Amino acid sequence: MNSRGITCTIIVLSVLCCNGFAQTPTAADLNALRAQLDAIKADYDKRIQALEMQVQALQTQVQTAPKPETAAVVPPGQPPAAEVPAGAQGAGGPTGALPVYGGVASSKVFNPDIAVIGDFLGAAGSNKVNPDPALELHESEAAFQAIVDPYARADFFISFGEQGVNLEEGYLTFPAIPGGLLVKVGKMRAAFGKINTLHNHVLPWTDRPLVTTQLVGGEDGINDAGLSVARLIPNPWIFLEATGQVFRGDSNDLFKSSKRGDVTYVGHLRGYQDITENTNIDLGVSFSRGHNAAGVVNDFDLGRFRTTLYGADATIRWRPLKRSIYHSFVGRSEFVWSRRGQPDGVQSALGYYFSGDYQFARRWFAGVRYDRSKRADDPSLVDKGQSAILTYWPSEFSQVRGHYRRTQYAVGPTANEFLMQFQFSIGAHGAHPF
Amino acid sequence: MKIKNCLAVLVTLFMASLPAQGQSKLNVITTTEDLAAIAREVGGDHTTVESIARGYQDPHFVEAKPSFILKLQKADMLILVGRDLEIGWLPPLIQQSRNSKVQVGADGYLDASLQVRILEIPQGQITRAEGDVHPLGNPHYWLDPENGKIIAREIFDKFAHFRPNDRAYFEQRLNDFVNRINDAAKRWVALMAPYKGTKVVTYHRSFPNFAERFGLNIVGYVEPKPGIPPTPQHTLDLINEMKKTNVKLVLVEPYFDLKTPNAIGRETGAEVLVMPPSVGGVKEVTDYFKLFDYDLNLLINAIKKISAK
Repeated sequence: MNSRGITCTIIVLSVLCCNGFAQTPTAADLNALRAQLDAIKADYDKRIQALEMQVQALQTQVQTAPKPETAAVVPPGQPPAAEVPAGAQGAGGPTGALPVYGGVASSKVFNPDIAVIGDFLGAAGSNKVNPDPALELHESEAAFQAIVDPYARADFFISFGEQGVNLEEGYLTFPAIPGGLLVKVGKMRAAFGKINTLHNHVLPWTDRPLVTTQLVGGEDGINDAGLSVARLIPNPWIFLEATGQVFRGDSNDLFKSSKRGDVTYVGHLRGYQDITENTNIDLGVSFSRGHNAAGVVNDFDLGRFRTTLYGADATIRWRPLKRSIYHSFVGRSEFVWSRRGQPDGVQSALGYYFSGDYQFARRWFAGVRYDRSKRADDPSLVDKGQSAILTYWPSEFSQVRGHYRRTQYAVGPTANEFLMQFQFSIGAHGAHPF
Repeated sequence: MKIKNCLAVLVTLFMASLPAQGQSKLNVITTTEDLAAIAREVGGDHTTVESIARGYQDPHFVEAKPSFILKLQKADMLILVGRDLEIGWLPPLIQQSRNSKVQVGADGYLDASLQVRILEIPQGQITRAEGDVHPLGNPHYWLDPENGKIIAREIFDKFAHFRPNDRAYFEQRLNDFVNRINDAAKRWVALMAPYKGTKVVTYHRSFPNFAERFGLNIVGYVEPKPGIPPTPQHTLDLINEMKKTNVKLVLVEPYFDLKTPNAIGRETGAEVLVMPPSVGGVKEVTDYFKLFDYDLNLLINAIKKISAK
């Protein structure tokens, strides 16, 4: 401020002196000069303030921001906890030390990882039984994931489809509970088989197999609010994991609860073994039991019928480590046996699929699938399907897929369709599916 | 009397069956073989160290196999490269490990990147239009022996924290490692001194720290952008650039296909070298020192061969 004052005084004196040589100033002239000087002073004050702010900002950046290219970013001894991801700066986030509580930027630091995945589907050909729209943004999934505290993490997946918004999953995970347990609480896809646990965007097809559609609740599958406990079973030979889950009892058309006690139970036993460093095998058996809607009349469950599902799944994977980004093969199969109680007796229906997907180049995958499933409420009706799939990955974050599907429905004409899918992901880098 | 004797025997047996806390080896899991090699230098036979990824495997694309969950379940410590290198596979393994010691932020969780010199931290706005860019900087930082020393010190701090009785043992091994690295680094830099400024092209951005330390000048990449496979136009542009600037070396990590690099080599007369960025990348490279010995030997022989043409 002193330097500014001196500068202003010099300017005033200079102006006054200059004017004094020219002529004797009048009162009006002096007022005008005073006004001009005030304006100049105000202008200089503004500029100096702006410069001071710029200097401060630059000093902060020099002290805290990572240096470009060849500069060491984190000097030894700096506490790692105080580090702010450098990318946050570019994304409009904070720089430097972590902000104090209540700061504007503090909420950004603790924001969850956010990603949005789009799934666009196009369909051509004929299907008079179960036609898909010619073009649709089938699903937009928003994922929010973060560590809650030292004891838990939370995952939310909200799907926006043409039918509306659905909380696909939203659960809390306790990853380190004593006793070697992995506990989840919330709404989640049940651990029944393999496909039921997978979100649409990690499937190797544009759709789900017929066995899922007919016996395991369709696209949403067994997906309900509940509690899950999984434990590794110690043994010297293989990875063995047992999972027990209890759900409220409402999973689409599959399970329907009419009373508080109408819960659904799911059990899954998974065994995994590396055969070589390139090849591994993953086997599982599953069980699920709950009330169904066959006996519900005017919201009263008069029949008290139940559905029991038994499942077996097998996956074999091959991926040569040295060329893992170029070649791989995954063979999958699942068998599901449904026993559905209904007024005309218990109906037993079996369904299964076999599929194989081969990655023949860094961005290219080719696959086939064979489907066969009876219908849960009428096992005399059998649907069959054959598929051929070609997938292209422009990058890790997008894929284009063509899917030829031939479906021989038990009732109605055979469908021949070509499905086209575009999938894309923005935001946080998610885990690769396994 | 009999009951007392039985009780005494039972108590003795129980005590004998308890693990000897002070004597047990620290069980360390690392994400890469480079970190495992450095951890072995510091930990010696007072630790057991195992890596999840193999050195000849692309560390960005490791599969989250359940067998790795079993390894993490029993670990006292997890050492990771960090800077998002393992973002695609490590988080689900940690989450399913049921091991509180290795959860993010726990005592046994060591992100080795927090004290080292990190290059290529993106400035300003970043998007995936730039490819699979690492927003926290280039994670291949272990390819500078100076960073190797910093990693070793961080590992030492953790080892000493978990096994205070073994502190002197670890400290002696750390000092020995640092001394050997200092001697070797002088030798390595001197070996490369005559070839300082040699222009090279690399497949992926795996070698910025290596290039900076040993005076290589990286003028281009076979990948047009990180994680994006080569395109014909980019390959053509790269060939023209290499011809214009007289680049005669193409460095390729062992896990990338050689088709495009070989085509570039044929067009430009450049030598194509399969250069491991990691311990275990080729079978001869069994420790951290041999990694630099092997790579520098490969480079120098290739440069001499080119000069002799």
